Amino acid sequence: MKITLQVAGGAGGTGWTQYVIRFVLGGLVTLLTGLIAKELGPEVGGLFLAFPAIFPASATLIAKRERLRKARKGLNGTVRGCRAAALDAAGAVLGGAGLVGFAVAAYNGLPQDGAATALGTAMFVWLAVSLPLWWLRKTRPWRRSWEHTRRGGAGDGARPPGPK
Amino acid sequence: MEWVFRFLIGGSVVSAFALLGDVVRPKSFAGIFGAAPSVALATLALTIHSDGASYAATEARSMIAGAVSLMLYTSLCSRLLMRGSVSVKAITLGGLVIWLVAALIGWTLFLRGNS
Repeated sequence: MKITLQVAGGAGGTGWTQYVIRFVLGGLVTLLTGLIAKELGPEVGGLFLAFPAIFPASATLIAKRERLRKARKGLNGTVRGCRAAALDAAGAVLGGAGLVGFAVAAYNGLPQDGAATALGTAMFVWLAVSLPLWWLRKTRPWRRSWEHTRRGGAGDGARPPGPK
Repeated sequence: MEWVFRFLIGGSVVSAFALLGDVVRPKSFAGIFGAAPSVALATLALTIHSDGASYAATEARSMIAGAVSLMLYTSLCSRLLMRGSVSVKAITLGGLVIWLVAALIGWTLFLRGNS
């Protein structure tokens, strides 16, 4: 499975208005998190550190982009748009698992280590949890191993029996 | 002035992760950046500077409940969107209520007062 960068057409076809929207949303959520922590204490304010600030905007944009791509070919891309957004959401579940790791690492590291070390370690944990989970979900090595066992060790890459 | 600074830092970090999420492929990999610790990084860095590390650690502890809720919310969104022919905006925005309720329940049951 290859991970690629698609930068042509303004970061994968995203207009600059979308970045302004995300900048404002991100700024507002950071501002509101600070205000909530100030008014209700860090225990409540901390919940909003994992607020899905830009996820709705990103998912809507992805669906719209796919819909327009299909519309250019004269097709209805509503279902395709929804499924593209669903894939994005599935990736975000794995990012969320990494976020749990980030929070645990920051909670444990902040009182003892310096700010930079604690946050750097927490970032590393986010990646160290999210990336292997994504790889496992994508490649599903247990399926290959299961098929290998079922076929009595017939060798890797052996195709499962299917309709002829 | 501190709040303007907070807004600018938060907006910049969130935009940076959003940009990364837009350029990487495949889509499921790009989705990881939809749950990047962008708001957390900006907020914790600013909080450590203004209120100290132990105050920020308390916030990070509550964040665990928020992150578990985020997994629940995105998982629900993914399942509903996979059906196709639904309103992406309605599901992703409406689901935020579920995120909030789940985060508050998780925090109340497991984290409240146990510092």
